[in-house]
Parts: sequence; structure tokens; C-alpha cells
Amino acid sequence: MYDFTYHRPATIDEAARLMAAASDGKYMSGGMTLIPTLKQRLAQPSDVIDLGGLNNSGIELAGSTLVIRAGTIHEDVSLSATVKQAIPALAHLAGLIGDPHVRHRGTIGGSVANNDPAADYPAACLGLGATIRTNRREIAADDFFVGLFETALEDGEIITEIAFPVPRRAGYVKFRNPASRYAMVGVFVADTGSGVRVAVTGAGPCVFRVPEMEQALTSGFTPQAVEAIRVSPDGLNSDIHASAEYRAHLVTVMAKRAVEQASR
Amino acid sequence: MSETGIGKRVLRREDQRFITGKGKYTDDINLPRQTYAYFLRSPYAHARIRSIDTSAALAAPGVVAVLTGEDLAADNIGGLICGWMIHSKDGQPMKAGPHPALAQGKVRYVGDHVAVVIAETLNQAKAAAELVNVDYEPLEAVIDTASARSSSAPPVHDEAPDNTVFQWSLGDAEAVAQAFSRAHHITRLELVNNRLIPNAMEPRAAIGDYDAGTETFTLYTTSQNPHVARLVLSAFVGIAPEHKLRVIAPDVGGGFGSKIFIYAEETVCVWAAKRVGRPVKWTGDRSEAFLADAHGRDHVTTAELAMDENGRFLGLKVHTIANLGAYLSTFSSCVPTYLYATLLSGQYALPAIYAEVDAVYTNTAPVDAYRGAGRPEATYVVERMVETAARDLNMDPAEIRRRNFITTFPHQTPVIMTYDAGNYHASLERALELADYRNFGARRTESERRGKLRGIGLSTYIEACGIAPSAAIGSLGAGVGLWESAEVRVNPTGNVEVLTGSHAHGQGHETTFAQLVSERLGIPIDQVSIVHGDTDKVQFGMGTYGSRSGAVGMSAIFRALDKIEAKARKVAAHVMEAAEGDIEFRDGNFTVKGTDRKMAFGEVALAAYVAHKFPTSEIEPGLKESAFYDPTNFTFPAGCHVCEVEIDPQTGTTEIVKWVAVDDFGNVINPMIVEGQVHGGIAQGVGQALTEGCRYDPETGQLLTGSYMDYCMPRADDLPSFELDFTVTPAPSNPLGIKGCGEAGAIAAPAAVINAITDALGVRDIPMPATPEVVWRIARDRAPRLAAE
Repeated sequence: MYDFTYHRPATIDEAARLMAAASDGKYMSGGMTLIPTLKQRLAQPSDVIDLGGLNNSGIELAGSTLVIRAGTIHEDVSLSATVKQAIPALAHLAGLIGDPHVRHRGTIGGSVANNDPAADYPAACLGLGATIRTNRREIAADDFFVGLFETALEDGEIITEIAFPVPRRAGYVKFRNPASRYAMVGVFVADTGSGVRVAVTGAGPCVFRVPEMEQALTSGFTPQAVEAIRVSPDGLNSDIHASAEYRAHLVTVMAKRAVEQASR
Repeated sequence: MSETGIGKRVLRREDQRFITGKGKYTDDINLPRQTYAYFLRSPYAHARIRSIDTSAALAAPGVVAVLTGEDLAADNIGGLICGWMIHSKDGQPMKAGPHPALAQGKVRYVGDHVAVVIAETLNQAKAAAELVNVDYEPLEAVIDTASARSSSAPPVHDEAPDNTVFQWSLGDAEAVAQAFSRAHHITRLELVNNRLIPNAMEPRAAIGDYDAGTETFTLYTTSQNPHVARLVLSAFVGIAPEHKLRVIAPDVGGGFGSKIFIYAEETVCVWAAKRVGRPVKWTGDRSEAFLADAHGRDHVTTAELAMDENGRFLGLKVHTIANLGAYLSTFSSCVPTYLYATLLSGQYALPAIYAEVDAVYTNTAPVDAYRGAGRPEATYVVERMVETAARDLNMDPAEIRRRNFITTFPHQTPVIMTYDAGNYHASLERALELADYRNFGARRTESERRGKLRGIGLSTYIEACGIAPSAAIGSLGAGVGLWESAEVRVNPTGNVEVLTGSHAHGQGHETTFAQLVSERLGIPIDQVSIVHGDTDKVQFGMGTYGSRSGAVGMSAIFRALDKIEAKARKVAAHVMEAAEGDIEFRDGNFTVKGTDRKMAFGEVALAAYVAHKFPTSEIEPGLKESAFYDPTNFTFPAGCHVCEVEIDPQTGTTEIVKWVAVDDFGNVINPMIVEGQVHGGIAQGVGQALTEGCRYDPETGQLLTGSYMDYCMPRADDLPSFELDFTVTPAPSNPLGIKGCGEAGAIAAPAAVINAITDALGVRDIPMPATPEVVWRIARDRAPRLAAE
């Protein structure tokens, strides 16, 4: 680990001020990605600004919108009675993230801001059509996830909470990378009441939607509706664990199973 | 009989300290004024070093020294050695290139040791290492095992221009040719035994210390055999004479073979301690373990099995290319030769065997013994061949085994080994019964109804353990004898210290060895302590590997206990004023036959030290005996594992739904510990078959599986609950009848898994690891054929 200056601000404004003053600052929420990166000497920030001091965690159901504050750990989302009742697929997804250690430290805001191509939460955000709220504005999930580890967040911008519209039904199934247990392919399917959304994580450089599946499921929300729909392997990830062709195949299988899960 | 004696499920005494964080591992040791070493490693698989400029690093904050291979040479420090000489078919000795602890002129794999930076803190050492300026001339690298010998491959060592360490053979080529000419059928397979990275829980670590007053060195290190480390570092590397070098291997968190070897890092730490005049500490991180621990397996094999019209085996012909990596590690040469080809007879009466092994250098990490060491590779060849032969002949795989099992003992195989005891039918039949083999068809049908593919696979393995007898292995080229030593010290108050040359790094010796003493002396287990791992405390010993600590290490203790008992009888006879022949010893008490005179073991111990009641001109005072035990043969654990899998053809996921293991380990000291060893071994074997596989970039030689993000270790939820049972034919070659159990699971498992998967998929072979994508592709390509059937 290289040396850096550590800060633990108590307010969002102070955090933003510290970031503006740092030459190469980095926000840290749960630190589940940043700390291993620092330990491997793969990052050399001048300042680490720990958002844990904001104590910004909590889950609230406001009408038909589930609001999860950015500092909420995965474990709390997975066990929350409110989440289980409103969007059980989201609680299920949170329980599949990493391992118990990660689920007790990692936060939803940190995960969404990091936008790891194999992370689970981006699939939920995009699949449910969530709104990402920051200290400056609100961003629709459709506009938020821009590319590989890239989001619409501007320099210094901090996610404060994420608002999920409660769907009629939803499902999330992932095929884990056997080694890392990240999603090799994860598919989130949501029947929102005004159409179906299908979001895929792990398969490509960034979470993406599958319009053909969405149309087919809007016409009829059954597993059979998607089983013949193939996504193109072009542009999908290919590595020692899975070729693009295999990932493309798994998108269909996982989508079908996610619909089965949502229909249960 | 003692409550904590042989055969009892005594809880592991060492676990209290291990699971409460009170173990003392090398990294837990901190010496006053210690410095920290960081190794600068080669980023290239193969490169010439034009120059190394250390001046900027030396000027960095906190840096104490920056040392390179030139400094080693200046101090006349020799290279690391390979301790087993193999001769090629043509009589030539193996071609061993130099193996300096820090590179001299060339680097030969990614992770090779270029320089060491020693600083006040580890962070300072790491920072300074970035300032060492190495001018490399990158060379073309050879990575692939099968093509290492091709004429276009660049030579890793000048000593072996065709990258061939040796071309070795075993068996009778002529007899095999004759057998093949008579064959009704020949089964042929090309098999790859995938390369593995050991991954002990505790990474390697070392602390070197030098006492200028007494001119003695101390090395704390993560070793499975501290005396062998001291011998090599003294006699070959030239650190210090043996009596001026103390090696301590404290608690060690797993080895699986990878901590047998003498490595560059520990060599450099102990050498540098004198140069810098302060202790030098190195703790490897997980990335370094992936890069530079000796890897395992990595064979490319062609095998042919000839049989008659009744499925009786006539002959086996095997050709193997074994990748030994960039340097010959300590025991690397014996693994693909005498620990491999000598087991190619399996459990079968095979009249003729001929094996050729070409060992090659590549620009990859050294390859050496890893749990099973040669024997998993042999079992994989034999058991894949036998299962495939049965399918070729449309015969039940259990039946073809029954027809070919060895049934009389001793049995001389065509490949050196003399099996002395076993009952292969018994373990097979018991395993088939537990696995409900008869009703497999119904289960397969039920799986098919759910869209799944079900398969079953057998592995009737054999291994040679207890390695073992010194004269025999000496005649095969070993540079050492492989006996074991023990000293039993009975204290005046009657409790006992056992100093053993074995070394525990997860096996539970502190429990099992104490159970033997408890049984023999009739004293509770808490009256016994087991001392190991320190060359200043313990007499020379050979260490732990090859499932030898029970069969050889405990036999040495057994012999020392014989001497203790004999002497205690003499003392008791004098004290109780009886003839020695009238003394009986049972349940911890010495009695005089036909009288009520009686002394407890502790009373006799005290009498031995007080020495008032016997003539010390005839009987020396004290009660301390030692033994060096050399067995008369290897031991031959064997058994039958049955694996049943269910495959999801949609995703290619293989689920192991049932595992039955019936093993014959001879007599068992602690069934609970033995079961634990079997569980762990199976897990490692399943890892090899389903998830693990070391991958280098075939062009650049960069390690692609350098972390747990990419190298897939098996996890608990990859495994079923194992169903274990045991058959017992005691080993005749040691007084305890023990065969050894540490490696069996890892030896048996890969073939069982792959036999089950190929059965489910209806294919001849599938490469390991059988990852979901590989399985999915086969299932997909097979689906139209199934539909047509």
C-alpha cells in the first residue's frame, strides 16, 4: 500500500470539500474493492475520503418506491423485511453478493458507483428502472451506467440514495464465476406493470438491457417467451473462464430462470 | 486399554490453540532489530539480465541492503539442488541447469527472484524495489509442455539445449510389444494431467538470524522437513556447517508437499542476516505463492492398454511428457519417475508394463511434489484407461476390475513394487454396495426426466506410501535415506516427551503420536507431549510427506517405546526384587507374576532417575531411549471411490451428488483424523477434476491464474457429504500395520470424477478441469445425437 491521507468526514458537504481540495482523491464507502486495490499497490490516491462517517444507511418504503440509502450494507438489504416484502428479488440479489464479510462491509452506494461489470446491483438498478440520487441531482439508471467501471457521476459527486420503483414481480438469477463468484452472467427481470425490463450483468463490459426479451415478455411473461431469444456474442466478455459465445448462451438460460423465479 | 489409545476418536489436541488464534507460525515470530525483505521478481518468462542498477534503491528511505545474484556469488553461496539423480535410457545423468537463489545472468520464469531489498519496514522495501533498475533483454519463452522439446523451442538452460532434463524408461518394452501383438483389443487414450498450484492456507515465510558471538545462524521457516533443509543449506548451498545452523519450523499451516522443498527466499534470508548483521524477515503474500511456490502435476500422456477377448489385461504402454518448469526443485525428478511409473500396475495383475517419461524444462515455475506426487498421475492414467477399456468392450466397469484384480500377496509388479497386502475385491464390493451401484440406472432415468445427465465413475486406486526403505530408494537414485527417528524421554515424574523427526502441518501428530504413547505406556494422553520442528531440540529426522508419518515416524516411536519398556522392566524387577522374567506390564502397571506386588509406570520412571535400587554398573540411570526406524517395504494403501454426478446440460454445471470411499489404510490410530484426511484429499482431487488449473499465457508466460479471482479452489459447497468406510489389511512392513492416509483422496478422486462425467456425457475423454463451459459444449454437441437415438 502506498501512503495516502485518510479522512472521515461527518457531512456530505465536508466530504465534497475534501475531495475538491485533494490532488487525486478517492471516496471510500465499504472499501471492498478499493482496499484490496490499495493493498496490491494498483492504486495510489493522494487522499482517501471515508464516507462511513456519514452514517447514511437505512431502508424505507414510500408508497410504491423503495428507497435505500447509499451507505446501507448488503447484509441489511438481504435481511430487510421491507425489501423482502416490496421487492423480494432485490433482497435475494443482495444475499448473493460476495461472501459474509463482503456483505457486512460493502454498501449499495459503493457498488453502484464502482459499476464493476460483474457486480449484481447494477442489474437491479437497470432492471427495475431505479433512480440514483446524489448530492447534486437525480439520474435515471438508464443514463447512469455508462461503460466499464464508468458512470454518469461527475467529479466529487456522491450517491446519497437509490429509489427503486416496486415492480409487479421480478427475478434475479446469476451464474457465478466459479473462482471469484462474481456474476459471469446475471439477469434481472422485472415486470414493472408498464412493461418488462431485462438487465444483464457480467456478460458485457457494462450492464445492458435486452429489448427483444423485454418485448417478448411484455407480450407474455412466461419462461418460454425468452428461451428462443439469443443475444449476440459480439462485444461480450471473453476470458479464461467463459467465452463470449458461452456467456451469450447463459444470458438466455439465466433470463428464462429469472422469469421462472419471478413467476413463483 | 487406554481411553486415549489406538483406535479412539480423540479430539485433536492442537486445535484449541489453532482455532483460538494461539498458534505460533513463522510470521508470528518477531525478533529484536529485525528487517524486512522484499523480493524483486522477474516480469518476464525468459530474459537475459544485461545489468542491475541498485543505486537509487539503496538511497531510498529505510533501505538496509539491496542484494543480487552477484553478491551471492561473491560470498560463494551455491545454488539450490535437486536431491534425486535420474539417469536417461542412454545412461546419461539428468541435465540439471544452475539454480541460483537470486538470478545470475538470466531469469527463467515470471516470478523468478532477481534481487532482494532489505529495509526497516516492508513498505519501504517495496517502494525501494520499484527503484531497482534492471536492464532485461527479453528472450522467446517456452511454456507449453507438449512442445517444449520441439527444435524451434528456445533452450531454458544451456545445459539442456533441447529442453530435455532426461528421457527415462521403466519396464520391459519387449514383453509389452509381445503382449500387444496378441491383443484382442487395444484401448488408447491421450490424457493431460493439469497443472496445479498448491495453495496451503499459510503462505511461505522465513526469518534469518545470525549470532555473531557464537557464529551461528537460525532460520525460522515454513518447512515440512527442517533437518533436510538444514542439510541442504549446509552441505550444498554452503550457508554454514550443520552444527552452526539451527532450523526451526514452528506451527506450519498446511504444506501439501509445497513446503518440502528448499526455496530461494529462505536461503536468501538466512544468508543476508549475516551480511546486514540483523534478522531478515520475509512473509510471502498470496500472489507470490501463486507465482513461486513449486507447482504440481503437469503431464501430457499417451497410454495404450492391451487385453484379451475376456477383458483380461495383457500389457500397458505409457508415454509421458512431464513439465518440471524452469529449474529442478528439490525432489522434482523423482515425482514423474519413481513415484509415478512404479504405480502403473494399479490394483491389477498386469503381466507387462513399459513406461517412458520425458522430463522437460519450460519457462514456468518449478514443478515438484504436490499431495500424492506422481501417484495421482499414475492412478489417473490407469483408472481412466480401465474404465475406458470396459466401455470399449461393453463391459461393466466393476466387472473388468474384478477380472483383473491382484488376489494373492506378495505380488511382484513389472514396475519394481512388491505389493505385500491388500484385498481389492473387498473394498470394491463394499463401495458398490454403499453407492447402490445396482440401481444407478433408475437414478439416471429419474435425472433424465428432469432434463439432467447422470453419470457414475469408479476409481480403484493404489499408492505407495511410507516412503521408505532407504536401501531401495538409494538404488533408484535418492540422495538421502528415508527412515525416521524418534526419541522418547520419560521424565522422573512419569510424563513423557516424544521428539520426532516427523513434522506436523495439519496432520494432527500431537494427538495421534500421543495416542500411541498412551496406548503403550498406559498413561493418559495429557501426560505426553510431542516435540518436532526444531533441529536444536530434535535428533536428525526426515520430515513429513508421502503419507509416511504414521507408517515410518510412529514406527520409530514404537521402537523407542520397546526400549523404554525393556529398560523399565529391568528397573521394576530390581525395585520389586523379582526376576525380570516375572515382570508383567499391562495398563500402565508393572506387576510381579503371581504376587500382588505392583508399580505404576510413573513410579518406575522415578525409580529409574533416583537410581537407589539398582546397580548402575549394570543399568544406566534415567529413562530415555531413541530409535531410527527403516521400514522393510513401502506400504500400499488402496481402495475404491465411487463418484456420481448430475450435469445440467443447459449450463454445463456438474454437481457431485454422491461420493463413496472405501479405503484400506491398514490399522488406524484415530478414525476421526483419518476421515478428515480423506475428506481433504477428496476435496483437492475434486478441485483438480472440476475447478483448478494453472494457466500461463502461451506466448508471454504471464501467469493468468495468479489470484483467487482466477484460480478456482474447491469450496465446501462444491462437495457432497462423503460416505466413508474402511477395510483393513494391516501393512506387514511396519510394527503398527499402518499404511498411511494423507494422500489417498487426492489420488483417487480425479479419475472417479472424470469417469463419472464422461459416463454422463457419453464421451471418451474430457480435459481437467471439466469447467462448465467445457461440459456445456460437449452436452450441446451431443444433444442432436441423443434426440436422434
